[in-house]
Amino acid sequence: MPKVTYRQQDGSEQTIDVPVGWSLMEAAIQNNVPGIVAECGGGCACATCHVYVVEPARLPPIADMEGDMLECTAAERQPNSRLSCQIKMSADMEGLVVLIPTRQT
Amino acid sequence: MGSHAKAPLVVIGAGQAGQQICDSLRRGGYDGHLMLLGDEASLPYQRPPLSKKFLTGTLEAERLLLRPASYYEQQKIDVHLNTRVVSIDRAQCRLRLESGESLAYSGLALATGTRIRPLNVPGASAADIHYVRSLADGERLAAALTTARRVAVIGGGFIGLEVAAIAREQGREVVLIESLDRLMARAVAPQVSAFYADLHRAHGVELLLNTGVSEIRTTGAEHVVVTSSGAAYTADLVVAGIGVLPNSELAEQAGLACNNGIVVDDCARTSDPLIVAAGDCTWHMNAYLKREFRLESVQNAVDQAKAAAASLLGQPAVYHQVPWFWSDQYDVKLQIAGIGMPHDSAVVRGDPAAKAFSVFCFRDGALVGVDSMNKPADHMAARKLLAQGTALSPAQAGDSTVDLMQVARGT
Repeated sequence: MPKVTYRQQDGSEQTIDVPVGWSLMEAAIQNNVPGIVAECGGGCACATCHVYVVEPARLPPIADMEGDMLECTAAERQPNSRLSCQIKMSADMEGLVVLIPTRQT
Repeated sequence: MGSHAKAPLVVIGAGQAGQQICDSLRRGGYDGHLMLLGDEASLPYQRPPLSKKFLTGTLEAERLLLRPASYYEQQKIDVHLNTRVVSIDRAQCRLRLESGESLAYSGLALATGTRIRPLNVPGASAADIHYVRSLADGERLAAALTTARRVAVIGGGFIGLEVAAIAREQGREVVLIESLDRLMARAVAPQVSAFYADLHRAHGVELLLNTGVSEIRTTGAEHVVVTSSGAAYTADLVVAGIGVLPNSELAEQAGLACNNGIVVDDCARTSDPLIVAAGDCTWHMNAYLKREFRLESVQNAVDQAKAAAASLLGQPAVYHQVPWFWSDQYDVKLQIAGIGMPHDSAVVRGDPAAKAFSVFCFRDGALVGVDSMNKPADHMAARKLLAQGTALSPAQAGDSTVDLMQVARGT
């Protein structure tokens, strides 16, 4: 199973096996990664699963809905901002690193 | 607290609100014994997907869990599933369980949720009607959808429409029967109801408005749904989504104030100082709305649960939140901010024909609610505008060149 590393603001990290097809949000929730709220449970309806992706070019592009919701994140949107509920795990994402923002609400 | 000091804090109801109360109690510094009692077999899970993606069979039940089992161990939350509370003895601060066991509490949170409103017409009990509330309901319906050919959906609210959309996407024939003159009438503006009627018809749903169900006749695996106008619709699967009822009986029997739900104040406190309540089961004051409401939503469950936990911790915080809701049907995401019904004027922004627009609802000149279809930026701006009470004119709302987020930010 491909691995993804979730890095907190204090530098601490959790590296997690993410089943292919799961979203990075789901893997974070099911592994107790702090700082991913995901109030809507993956519906792209709340913008509370925001992450900064260290190598954003490795991911499929941002769809319109995700792009609009990213305008409304609690922590500042940066060029590498994504909603982790919209990132579906694939084998070629092995080793991806995401940074958890300071706040989600 | 005196003699109760060693008794646990107990949360009744292991749904979204119950889980959030436990989480907020631990975050708030409560390190004593914490019990979570649930009458279902599963750890707390997300209910919204049960009428949406879960029905496609592509989402395993474990992915619905709000937190994994390890979370409850780490947080030392003493979870008891398949556990039903039958009475609350407020004088003794004790609960009686269905098993006969008695349990002391030092503080109590009621997060008992709702149950489905059953369809009450002749033949309903023999018709094996499907409802969507629990994980077990969702699993049963998902299985039935794999073999159904023709589905009759009774009720044109969120649940019925979401089920109809999934059934059509799976190639089932669908007839949807709604007793009122428009869809989602309690929740959205008439322009939105009309859009969804067109959307469902365009996807092949046979949609009947202003139509009641008078009887269901079942022969073997075949059901005939007879409408108020005498027409008959044959189906091999009948699904009803006609609302829910608050689980307030425990509270009522314990003498707590109830009125279409457990009555709580703007800090989620019941009429007993040791007991709070949160979520779909409450009739509550939302300081933002300045009205009492019973809301069925994730937002209300989460935010009111935070207020309930704060009150149990002796640090009451006023529940003051803009309600929001969402629904997924086909390729359209509906997001609702505020309470737009009733309103005295409504303005459309965007293009319904392009399936991307919002309806801004005004009452007495003030923005009260916004329904957005595939317009998440409008939705998020609306939540901010409503929360701040920022003035927005109908002319601004209808003008697509006005940047609503800039208005909200005051820039």
